[in-house]
Amino acid sequence: MTEEIIIAGFGGQGVLSMGKILAYSGIMQDKEVAWFPSYGPEMRGGTANVTVIISDERISSPVLHEFDTAIILNQQSMDKFEETVKPGGVLLYDPNGIVNPPTRTDIQIYTIEGARLAAELGNPKTFNMIILGAFLKVKPLIDMSSLEKGLEKSLPERHHKLIPLNLEAVNKGLESLETVEA
Amino acid sequence: MGDLRLMKGNEVVAEAAIRCGCDGYFGYPITPQSEVMETLMLRKPWEETGMVVLQAESEVASINMLYGAASTGKKVFTSSSSPGISLMTEGISYLAGAELPCLFVNVQRGGPGLGTIQPSQADYFQAVKGGGHGDYKLIVLAPASVQETNDFMDLGFELAFKYSTPVMLLTDGVIGQMMEKVELSDFKPRWTDEEIERISGEWACLGKKDRPRHVSTSLELDSEKMEQNNHRFQAKYQSIQENEVRYEMLNCEDADYVMVAFGSSARIAQKSMEIAREKGIKVGLLRPITLFPFPIKQIEELAGRVKGFLSVEMNAGQMVEDVKLAVNGKVPVEYFGRYGGMIPTPGEIVTALEQKLIGG
Repeated sequence: MTEEIIIAGFGGQGVLSMGKILAYSGIMQDKEVAWFPSYGPEMRGGTANVTVIISDERISSPVLHEFDTAIILNQQSMDKFEETVKPGGVLLYDPNGIVNPPTRTDIQIYTIEGARLAAELGNPKTFNMIILGAFLKVKPLIDMSSLEKGLEKSLPERHHKLIPLNLEAVNKGLESLETVEA
Repeated sequence: MGDLRLMKGNEVVAEAAIRCGCDGYFGYPITPQSEVMETLMLRKPWEETGMVVLQAESEVASINMLYGAASTGKKVFTSSSSPGISLMTEGISYLAGAELPCLFVNVQRGGPGLGTIQPSQADYFQAVKGGGHGDYKLIVLAPASVQETNDFMDLGFELAFKYSTPVMLLTDGVIGQMMEKVELSDFKPRWTDEEIERISGEWACLGKKDRPRHVSTSLELDSEKMEQNNHRFQAKYQSIQENEVRYEMLNCEDADYVMVAFGSSARIAQKSMEIAREKGIKVGLLRPITLFPFPIKQIEELAGRVKGFLSVEMNAGQMVEDVKLAVNGKVPVEYFGRYGGMIPTPGEIVTALEQKLIGG
């Protein structure tokens, strides 16, 4: 099993930390992982993206031109990454702020109302965990106990009191995924 | 199993240094390696092991602080990225000339000049062919993963002290910024004064009053003596070439074609190899782990049984010259690369393989 994922959105949406939590949870489940971010001046207020690879085998390239799953959180990222999903792959996006929805018919497309649900949970910072939950509904690569351990490892100890809220957000995402019919 | 973490290559440089008993770090921040000093400052090793961490006023100052500290037989290192390494190059030549063991980490970015902060391997020539003036060589280790970054810090110091010579860890923005699973090394204590006396007492400046003073210098105005010094350096480099070549070969047994790539390029080329093999192209990968000493014999041997080589690099074609020297005209040697901070994709490399070697 190898899952090659691109997560792309605005800086500040928690794109990089969501990737880190996913990767750490993978380690907790004895997987090989790689996390490769875009870095540079564009991160400040601009777009941010990270490649996450989870595999049973040694990972070759952290740099990829196509992905099994694209998790897309703004229009710029949709424009850039829709075409990079492998045929038969998955595109998961939050429709909030998306003007031009994806048009491909050879991939599976799902939506998750992350921004709206995070507001309902009363904490916009749970946005990325809702998205992560939705992803794990589509691709159940990580079980909840590994995810909890991944959160413990990724978050500084002073934030460990927020782990239950994060797990609640993940569950919200798991329940709220919607399939877009081709 | 040791301590398993998800860490960036740059963070691991710092952590591995502390764990292998490093005595001191002198550096100046520059993207994409700033996490090295950032991690050291957060870890505060001076409270834990007594290791000194010092932000110098410039790269020129940090390399000369390194010279001073290395003269005392301490395990010391610095890190920077391409333009910063250029600033240090005079000092690197002096350290090589004074035969001082120490470690430099170059997390390469695109150049020339200030260039870009994105990853590159365009400092290959600078690292393996000198860079500074004079007939010197550095042992150059090229990690291709976060795990190897951890492992090569300790190895780097080991080789530096074994041969009394500076060692460079040549990494780049991909390896430095990427997070991977890493099993951290166990803690080794820093050397005691008695251990330093035993290991480096013959040359180190230790303030001993009961013997003639030791002088740490690259200066020798008597040309005959300076030639003798150079003979000694060349014999050392020869011994390193004979004994310290490290490389990895993947799928070379049945290969018609072999890609040669190091560091992050080798990771991308490995993916290209997987894609090409699915298409039925018998391609292998030779990954030099030491860039000096270069795996000359291994390439010579492969050249006797494959149809051609593709050197894959994140520069305009530097290592390809060393591949050509080793192949010595027996079979075609082509190059493919992206540069200026651009990273080749696995697909691009497969296309280059098909068009430049197989179709050509």
